[in-house]
Amino acid sequence: MNILDTLFFLVKNMIPYMIPLTIVALGGMFSERSGIVNIALEGIMVFGASFGIFYIYFLPNLFPPQITLLIALVIALISGMVFSLLHAYASINLKANQTISGTALNLFALAFHDFMARLITPNAVEGVRFENAFRIVKVPLLGDIPLIGDLLFKDVYITTYLGIVILIVASFVLYKTRFGLRLRACGEHPQAADSVGIKVNRMRYAGVLISGALAGLGGLVLVVPSTVEYTGTVSGYGFLALAVLIFGQWKPTKIFLAAAFFGLMQVIANSSGLSFFTALGINKYFYQIVPFLTTLIVLTFTSSKSAAPKAAGEPYDPGKR
Amino acid sequence: MKAFLAKPTVQKIVAALLSIFFGLIFGFLILLVASLLREKASYPFDAFYTIFTGGLRYTGLRGFGIILRFISPILLTGLSVGFAFKTGLFNIGASGQFVAGGFTAAYIAIKWTFIPLEYLWIVALLGAVLVGGIVGMISGLLKAYRNVNEVISSIMLNYIAMITVSNLISVIKDANNPSRTQPPLARIPTLGLDKIFGSNTADMGIFIAIAVALLIYVVLEKTTFGYELKACGYNRNAARYAGINDRLGITLSMTIAGALSGLGGALVYISAITKVFDSLLVLAPEGFDGISVALLGMSNPLGIIFSASFIAILKGAGPSLARSGFNDEVVKIMTAVIIYASAFSLIFREKLGALINRKGTKS
Repeated sequence: MNILDTLFFLVKNMIPYMIPLTIVALGGMFSERSGIVNIALEGIMVFGASFGIFYIYFLPNLFPPQITLLIALVIALISGMVFSLLHAYASINLKANQTISGTALNLFALAFHDFMARLITPNAVEGVRFENAFRIVKVPLLGDIPLIGDLLFKDVYITTYLGIVILIVASFVLYKTRFGLRLRACGEHPQAADSVGIKVNRMRYAGVLISGALAGLGGLVLVVPSTVEYTGTVSGYGFLALAVLIFGQWKPTKIFLAAAFFGLMQVIANSSGLSFFTALGINKYFYQIVPFLTTLIVLTFTSSKSAAPKAAGEPYDPGKR
Repeated sequence: MKAFLAKPTVQKIVAALLSIFFGLIFGFLILLVASLLREKASYPFDAFYTIFTGGLRYTGLRGFGIILRFISPILLTGLSVGFAFKTGLFNIGASGQFVAGGFTAAYIAIKWTFIPLEYLWIVALLGAVLVGGIVGMISGLLKAYRNVNEVISSIMLNYIAMITVSNLISVIKDANNPSRTQPPLARIPTLGLDKIFGSNTADMGIFIAIAVALLIYVVLEKTTFGYELKACGYNRNAARYAGINDRLGITLSMTIAGALSGLGGALVYISAITKVFDSLLVLAPEGFDGISVALLGMSNPLGIIFSASFIAILKGAGPSLARSGFNDEVVKIMTAVIIYASAFSLIFREKLGALINRKGTKS
């Protein structure tokens, strides 16, 4: 395998990781930009993916594969949104500690998946097997374009395109709409936003619900291409998405680039057996810790000039000026 | 009576009990739903009873001894998370610090045979404290000097510690099963507890854990050092203005938190129970139990002694639940609901305070 092939392999294989990371980190962005820290992204991913997978498990052949996947994605999105209501209610209405509420959601989602899976699987096990018929071998015409066709239009999932659409829509909403401006205001200075008539609590609900929807969706987007038996874990991707959010400085385009970086690290971690990498003669252990170690190193050099929304994590207190 | 209820401590305890109450109700509902949907799981009342008594499946002292061995590790990870909470930090990395400490203890208790066997366990405990502290210190330094969110850094360290330990197993591997470590040569003394409670149960670890809890209480509540650490947590800038070295404070807080979790690991891996490391890549659940314990105990070391016991009883019930056709995720769901409800403790307390005052004016 020469360097060009290796490069192509890396880029091709990082897509299934970077797309869900982008989607979930964008979700986290909406929540934090509205002023609510959402540490529950991990749990919401698990929760959304669970319901999406349950649908695929029960009704795999009711519709053509791509329609089935789309329905499952919608189900994941809605269930993530509903689940995130719990976080919104606790942190907005009850002014609870957002970290505690988020942790509770994380604990709940993992246990709830196991509980549900045992109810529905014949042998009462945690793993839910599903038929993955969703891979598109080749998109007609577009797949014939050299290089780009191989990269983006062969062996892909519709979720790849969905992720790109979400990225574009998210940047548009955040920067070019009245809603986006108001949302950002609530995360920076809610009292000022309130003084010009913006309903802070309503905007924060919107932020958390969008994050729930995207995290639920992102959970399924991560799970579908990567396994055929979902065991109720997204292996820390929700927390990695938080790291992507910080590394991406709470801005959509930078989040996308950050997700690409983490996707690349994940692929390198998985590719220690590749001839190009074995030739380097580095211990397998190093590849295993690469995604986590690079996260630490990257954050060490990018966190000091934090662009975090000023009011993120603080309950809104109208009396405070 | 009114004066009694108006005390903040009493209100906190009432709020915690209310959270537990909500968790139990929800857990019972879950059991009811499950019993309707699955024929194997048809005894919700039996299961609910098991949750409280299941940990005591060996009646009498034997059962009590088994609960004790579940308490000590999560008491220490709970203290670790709670200590960090008190100083304004969220130590979600207890799991990584726990395995790092536990592995160090196991390594010392197997390899450092140049130390007399009767003192080896003490050295192993100290080694665990040191290595756990170093893992915690990394998060602390990154937070203090580079403004790295301690939640993210400690989660990354969880995975790094887990993978590192899994790769180091070969250093002290069992000759018969290379994917596992050997049992330690030296163990924590049982002080005759094994005779009282039956074999393979409690050892001196429980006393160490409780002693450490009392020590942490004194440090946090009765010393200038503890006050300074808490001040950094309340308001870092105000603390600096008052002449406190906030960077040192944050670093030390995370170091101490890490050391506590590391000690917790040692209490498991060189204890009377023969638990060894295997190469499976699973994050140590004790670290995450520590979060539940700390939140339920409201980060107060004395509260944590009780919440650790409570969570240990629930955890102990997990395996016995299978008898009624349920699994331990019911217990996990209950714990999650208790934590969620405990996030409302502020509202509970406000409502309780308002209620008391209204009653007061009427009479």
